[in-house]
Amino acid sequence: MWWILGLVLLIMKLIIVISVLFGFAAYMVLVERKLLGRFQIRYGPNRVGPFGLLQPLADGIKLIIKEDFVPRTADRLVFLTAPAVVAAVPLVITAVIPFSDDLTIGGTRIPMVITDLNIGMLFVLALASLAVYGIALGGWASNSKYSLLGAIRGSAQLISYELSMGLSLVPVVMLAGSFSLVDIVNAQERLPFILVQPVSFVIFLISAMAESNRIPFDLPESENELIGGFHTEYSGMRFGLFFVGEYVSMIVLGALTAVFFLGGWRGPILPSLFWFLLKTMLIPLFFIWTRATLPRLRYDQLMHLGWKFLLPVALVNIVVTGGVMLFMGW
Amino acid sequence: MISLRITFYILSVVILTATAMAITRKNLVHAVLYLIQSFFATAILFYLLGAPLLAALEVIIYAGAIMVLFLFIIMTLIGGETQAGHGRRQWIFPAILGTVSILVAFFLIYESPATQAGLEPAMVRPIVFGQYLFSTYWLPVEIVSLLLFVALAGALYLGRHKAASPAETEVGQ
Repeated sequence: MWWILGLVLLIMKLIIVISVLFGFAAYMVLVERKLLGRFQIRYGPNRVGPFGLLQPLADGIKLIIKEDFVPRTADRLVFLTAPAVVAAVPLVITAVIPFSDDLTIGGTRIPMVITDLNIGMLFVLALASLAVYGIALGGWASNSKYSLLGAIRGSAQLISYELSMGLSLVPVVMLAGSFSLVDIVNAQERLPFILVQPVSFVIFLISAMAESNRIPFDLPESENELIGGFHTEYSGMRFGLFFVGEYVSMIVLGALTAVFFLGGWRGPILPSLFWFLLKTMLIPLFFIWTRATLPRLRYDQLMHLGWKFLLPVALVNIVVTGGVMLFMGW
Repeated sequence: MISLRITFYILSVVILTATAMAITRKNLVHAVLYLIQSFFATAILFYLLGAPLLAALEVIIYAGAIMVLFLFIIMTLIGGETQAGHGRRQWIFPAILGTVSILVAFFLIYESPATQAGLEPAMVRPIVFGQYLFSTYWLPVEIVSLLLFVALAGALYLGRHKAASPAETEVGQ
């Protein structure tokens, strides 16, 4: 009897998390277009529904009814599956993110996380390292020069920034003493890690921006030189998957930042779910603001920043953290 | 336990098929994709045997880093298509080596008493694994890291050496 109840609960959690995530991603597109409009002193989309609130719906319909075109010289199977990889990876990452305090219904505690893995953070890093395949294979399978260039840039960029991202999280694991995301949130009961580890936070933020291919790190796409890069040849809903995948991964990175550095769902007075959503939204909004502010980096600048600045700083940070912990007898 | 055994054999079939496909593909990118599949199945195998840490590392390092580098090199250098087929003569030497290893493996399986006992799954927490590794095998770990460091320094030297003359003039202008 109990396992059926557990299964029902699990499926309910999955449905809620996935639909909320997609809903947020759709509206994140609208928020971005609105904010970008304001940053550039124009209105942004305001024709579909009041304040343009139905714009995501219109965009979705447009993408679905467009022709799904596959180039004749493309590697068909790889071409067709690559967008799914980009969209699926951030969705699977949400499985280990605790999004609220435990819920108690009739004396039973229901943990508000889909699964609490004891290697949670490694699970996140493993999946994050797979996201690059969507970009690399999509670009390669298109069999077009622009796409291939985008794919090559993408794989070089992601593999460089993955390293500093992983290293920036090592001090968090050292302080929490666990890979489990639930334990990491619990370890921040008194003090969120952003106050203890500001350097880690900044490195993680920059790497996250690079991982999500956003300006100033959007070299794999760069519209004005590669006409869209790895997704040049994509159309219709497959392009939509790349697009939605980017926004979902932005939100998931926001949630991860909240869990690793901002204390997760912990906060005073208001319900914990509210705090979690608030903290999660901070990072995507920051990314949008950055997009309106900064120009794109040059390719060699991007590589130098990753390998010659972020990586050494992350390594020194680990050593310093270890030294301080040893000295204080943590 | 029976479901565990069935899963094990399914995974073994997946690993062997994927690896066999990987070494026979003419399209290099497809070969890499099959190899990634085999790494995934291996990761699940590790998880099944109670080593989630190793499973995660298998995906992060092999599927997530090394294979991406392979893909990167293939895409920069040849774009995936190779015209050269596998000549029969190329196969002879690997075939001999493979046959010898299979014979030795069968011999070991029948002779060694250790292979009679089935591998029992045991849950290992990452913290226990780390403590065991760094208290029992700290020297090999350090030696491996030193080796990797030497390789890194060598790669850096080779990269610098080649780029020195043409790049300098380009930047100078």
